Amino acid sequence: MAALCESFTLCGLGPSGGVGLGGGLLALEPGPDPDHVLLTDRGRTATLFKVSDQKPLGCWSVKHGQIITCPVVCNFETHEYIAVHDDKVLRIWKNKDINLDKVFKATLSADVYRIHSLPNGGPVVLFKGGGVRTLDVLLEAPQQEIENIISDEVIKWSEAFMEGQQPVLIFTTEKDGDFFVYVQKLKMNSLHKYKLEQQELSKPLSFTAYIKNQIITLLCLYSNDSVYKVLIPLQQNTEEEEQILSKSLLLNLSVSGSVLKGTSFVVLDKDHVAVLGSLAASGEESKECLTIWNTKFQTLQTSKELPLGTSGQLWCYEEKFFFTHGKVLTVIMYKCETSSLAAAVGKLKDSQTPDVSSFVNWNTLGDEELVVSFQSQQSVALKSESKMTLRSKRNTVAKVQPDTLSVGQLLLNLKDASTTAFEDELRQLMSKAQMPDFQATIGCVITALINRCKTNPKYYPRNFLLQIFFSGCELCSLFFSYSCSLCPDLMAVALEKKDVHLLQICLQRFPDIPEEITYACLKVFLRQVGITVFISEAYLQRIDVNLESVICYIDIEFNNKEVKTEIVENGFNAELEQDIWDTKITKETHLTSDGEFCPVGPQKAALLNAVLHSAYSETFLLPHLKNLPAQQAVLFLRYLYYLYVKCSEKINTTLPGIRSPTINQIMDWMCLLLDAQFTVMVMLPEAKELLSNLHKFVRAQVRFYSELNKIEGSLRELQRLNHQKDSQTYSIEVLELI
Amino acid sequence: MGEFEVHRVRFFGLVPAGVRCLACQPRGGRLALARTDGAVEVYNFAANYFQEKVIPGHEARSVEALCWAAGDRLFGAGLSGHITEYDLALLCVACSVDGCGGPIWSMAANSSGTQLAIGCEDGSVKLFQVVPGGIQFERNLDRRKGRILCLSWHPSDTHIAAGSIDFLRVFDVCSGQTLQRIMVNYHVLKVRRECIVWSIAFLSSGTVITSDSFGRVQFWDWQRGTLLESHTVSTSAVLSLAVSEKEDSIIVGTSTGATYQFQLLPVKMGSLEKRWVRTKPFQHHTHDVRAVAHSSTALISGGLDAQLVIRPLMEKMQKKGYDAALRKFTFPHRRLVSCARKARLLLFQFSQHLELWRLGSTDETGKDGEVLPLCRMPEHLVQLKSKGPEHIYCSCVSPCGGWVAYSTASRFHLYRVQYEGDGVSIKKVPKVPKLLLPAYQLQFSSDSGSLFVASARGSVHVLQLLEPGGCKHLHTFRPPSGSPEAVYLLASSADGHWLAAVGGDWAIHVYDLKCFKHHCTVPTYSCAVTALAIHPVTNNLVIAYSDQQLFEFSIPEKQYTAWSRMVQNCGLHRVWLERDSPITHITFNPKNPSHILLHDIYMFCVLDKSLPLPDNSALLMNQSTLKQLPETARQRQLHAFKICKKFQPLLFADLLDENCLVMVERPIMDIKTQLPLPIQQKKFGT
Repeated sequence: MAALCESFTLCGLGPSGGVGLGGGLLALEPGPDPDHVLLTDRGRTATLFKVSDQKPLGCWSVKHGQIITCPVVCNFETHEYIAVHDDKVLRIWKNKDINLDKVFKATLSADVYRIHSLPNGGPVVLFKGGGVRTLDVLLEAPQQEIENIISDEVIKWSEAFMEGQQPVLIFTTEKDGDFFVYVQKLKMNSLHKYKLEQQELSKPLSFTAYIKNQIITLLCLYSNDSVYKVLIPLQQNTEEEEQILSKSLLLNLSVSGSVLKGTSFVVLDKDHVAVLGSLAASGEESKECLTIWNTKFQTLQTSKELPLGTSGQLWCYEEKFFFTHGKVLTVIMYKCETSSLAAAVGKLKDSQTPDVSSFVNWNTLGDEELVVSFQSQQSVALKSESKMTLRSKRNTVAKVQPDTLSVGQLLLNLKDASTTAFEDELRQLMSKAQMPDFQATIGCVITALINRCKTNPKYYPRNFLLQIFFSGCELCSLFFSYSCSLCPDLMAVALEKKDVHLLQICLQRFPDIPEEITYACLKVFLRQVGITVFISEAYLQRIDVNLESVICYIDIEFNNKEVKTEIVENGFNAELEQDIWDTKITKETHLTSDGEFCPVGPQKAALLNAVLHSAYSETFLLPHLKNLPAQQAVLFLRYLYYLYVKCSEKINTTLPGIRSPTINQIMDWMCLLLDAQFTVMVMLPEAKELLSNLHKFVRAQVRFYSELNKIEGSLRELQRLNHQKDSQTYSIEVLELI
Repeated sequence: MGEFEVHRVRFFGLVPAGVRCLACQPRGGRLALARTDGAVEVYNFAANYFQEKVIPGHEARSVEALCWAAGDRLFGAGLSGHITEYDLALLCVACSVDGCGGPIWSMAANSSGTQLAIGCEDGSVKLFQVVPGGIQFERNLDRRKGRILCLSWHPSDTHIAAGSIDFLRVFDVCSGQTLQRIMVNYHVLKVRRECIVWSIAFLSSGTVITSDSFGRVQFWDWQRGTLLESHTVSTSAVLSLAVSEKEDSIIVGTSTGATYQFQLLPVKMGSLEKRWVRTKPFQHHTHDVRAVAHSSTALISGGLDAQLVIRPLMEKMQKKGYDAALRKFTFPHRRLVSCARKARLLLFQFSQHLELWRLGSTDETGKDGEVLPLCRMPEHLVQLKSKGPEHIYCSCVSPCGGWVAYSTASRFHLYRVQYEGDGVSIKKVPKVPKLLLPAYQLQFSSDSGSLFVASARGSVHVLQLLEPGGCKHLHTFRPPSGSPEAVYLLASSADGHWLAAVGGDWAIHVYDLKCFKHHCTVPTYSCAVTALAIHPVTNNLVIAYSDQQLFEFSIPEKQYTAWSRMVQNCGLHRVWLERDSPITHITFNPKNPSHILLHDIYMFCVLDKSLPLPDNSALLMNQSTLKQLPETARQRQLHAFKICKKFQPLLFADLLDENCLVMVERPIMDIKTQLPLPIQQKKFGT
């Protein structure tokens, strides 16, 4: 939820900086350091402020009779200030200079519209005739001829960005009610002219733009109280003359009858814009105010009345708004959080940041991109679009880059190598990897393996993957834990290949498995018979599954016998299957109610335990569980019932063994399963006895505990009596020491 | 091993006095503590916080402030208006000077320890020069109305900050002028009530820290007189405050018994800007925390509930060990109980009186854990009140019960007690020999024929007791090389041949009582002796040190015994060494020469030398395990330490006869009921 915070006055303004259109300041530009701004008024003076201190740090004026015509900007590379007075005279000075008469001066051959200073690109000078020069080029020959591109059009607004390494300048012009947009790429020396789509009865008042993914998004505030969005792709190869740019309505500045007559606006983030203007309700006097709007939900997020009037100008730097209010320049800080529907309608409970992942999603990077991003020494995490605030791990990732560079390249090189060579290389890579970047390396290696699996359906390095997990766990269990997001496709591939052992390990180790995958695992583990693939107990017995969670409570000997009766061959059709199910279930139910035998074999039990152990969120799991086939649901419930009975046997209600499920996990899953499948269970004849047994058992338990509750008072009284005996001042007792 | 009939005694009504003030020796390893009854104690950090020295209190000598000056000289000042220097070798007052400003509320020494500043009732701050042999008045600083409750020197010794009621002042030491006067209740908009600045600290940065009765800890810029930071830590008063030597951490104590640590921490990682942050809260006390101290590795607090709590700062600890344990001391590290074994009497020492009790008896037997019916109730025989304002240093009852002796700072008393049926008659022995007083420890010989009096400068007097009620000075033992320290522990052998004495320098001298000469000195060990006793059969001297080591020294052979060497080779069990209270008494079972009985506050132990020592993998406290094992399986599990923790806190344990023990407990709850009610605090859900 966006919010305006406290405001403070940065400085008072002179007579020229008054209220109303045409008044105000010439411009406010960012200063050389964070928290600094450069204020240029409409007269002769430029002032540097430290915002948080509300203190001017420097002030420069041109001589009487001269007038600054172009806002003073700071060259971020050299920390010099650049100004133009009397349209043509360029001045450059440093912080220590006092008198502007004595600083560097260059008289240019054409009138300057504006200078844009870019953090990495140096200043760019835009002339009133539409010509563009970088400052360096201009200073080489100040008197050089400047072409006039726009003839009698008038520049209304301009802005500059960095796209990759090259500066891009965009400006809009007007001629006879028509508006044109020019995009100039300086390095390539390419200029594109566009015409803005006409709008009936209204014209643009204010512009703002930002660049993302090679696309310039131009936002226009129209006089019909709407904000329109215009997309201008940078990659434009057609040499067409005057393309027409179509616009789309982004935001209508009206709220419950009142309309905001905007004068200027800024973009805060992808969902928020701030508009300064006057809010006019029908029949009421309009009042000026600063507003923040959510474009996603078309809502007014917050507003602040400005009774003393403004000059209609608004700037925004470092999460602070700057505008003139009465006779002062006011600063308001704001907070703007990622918009969610809950936040937009004001229902978000606390301002918690969206779930932050500490892992880089290696999957989002293509191979080439991987290498490129490493080379550009840019944090991969920063590049990825999601606003990830990487906690401490960020450092690790950043430091690792020189090493992972080779990893990335190596993986790229290995793309076409033979399987054995590929695995050997990866093994070497794993052994070389140092501790801090081990996680990153594993991520890369697993991603490479999975990609190979995807491209080559026959390839599945089962042992190698297991090896990675075991060696990795031994090596760096102290340093990090694995996570699903580290290698998102791993489980999907393992599911596809029915590698239950790997799935078991993943379920045990990953803290962040999506519920969908958890459900898929459960389904695979439960599936008895299938047309294409099946996981029967017999199959399971052949493969290696970690049994440590079940070994302590399942009588393996007996179950083996039972399992044998249960093996169902591959290739049955559905009706036949159903028959078998029916007969089997009646038999099994009998067994369960009688002797409480485990309804599944130890291997399957171990796999199910892994599912029981994994973390999940009920809301997300429930819809998936509804899809569980009835027979599987009954089998699973039967197993849960068995576990519950086993748990209740012990006084401390815990199952023996390592990673065995806890009573709470069992109960939660049981409730979840019954919630999801209740109607099915009620209808299913084979589930009837199971449900009734379950009911009886739970009722007995409830009775037992309520009885225990009743005698609690008596037990406490006994304890008290014991205590009283202690408080005597003298006693003779017998003590035996052995 | 056997069954004991245990007389479980809980009628020793000792209420330890509350802790009034604490002072860490600058750059030293000692902590001085003063109690509300005027007693001063010194704890030695190096000797595992052993309570090394005790100077008993005095009715007229309350101590409001303690400070170390000129290295290891200890000064105290109190409401009597006197500044007192303590003699830590003779454990008495060395000299006392009137401050001439009414009751003294506060005192602080400058960083070089050459000057003392006192804050008086009349609002004056006076400077005294520390000179050899005493102190000398130097001058008064600017006097204003309002008692000076706390004082602190700037580390550069140029300024003094003084806290009073509603304001604090900063003085220039050279000119004596008040440079700054800051009202501390300025920001409080509540109903006007006075704000008492209870404690103050002056940092080298110029920051003055105050704690006040509104529950605030405030940081002031003294030059500008502005408040830098204010933290409200409690709804009741913050009574005490101490700063670490590095000035990066402070501890404050409140009247609700909670203590808080503040640390000067960077506002974010790597930032140079630092702020005081309240980091750790502790609730170890139930009552006012009147005194806190900050050693280099621990936060120390003392409360009116008589507890001294030493809470180590784990971030300063290199390894888990003795220093890393939280320690709470409520009871003195020495015996206040003596026992007449044959007569089954107990003598309890209070600060100003003694109580003599006869134990009850039973004629039944029972199994482990059973309480036997009494056929005779215990009997309070005599209460002996000490006359005068001085508190009792030590006391003793003879094994036959016929003699009781005690000493105060200036007087020594010996009484003859006679029992006729149920009646008791007590008669003071007239004309006791003039001895060098005070006596620090008294010990009767096992035949009740002579009394050993531990005295100053390492000397021990031997008095012969004469029937029907008299005594005669026989001899005075002195260590051959001399010693400035007082003797604080004595042990005599059952055969009346040997006497062992330990002085404040921790040297153990053994004297021959037959021919009145020095027999030998036990090899010195660099730790305080907490208890020692001579075995009645073998004449081996068993010594317990404050680092929990045990030694056995053969007096006839003048060397450590083979068992002692074996113990040193094998090492004692880790759990044994990590215990945090010292062994305060050792005794033996004459019928079982291999048994040594020892105890500390929390356990009673029978050490059976005939059994193997436990190694670190074995369970040290294995009694409950052993009780569950069948007879045959026990044999393999047995080890030398048979520990019983049933009786806590255990002030005294002794063997009355072969299978009869007496245990004197003082339950903490019984003490709590004697204390005023703590401040009521609303707890959630109550």
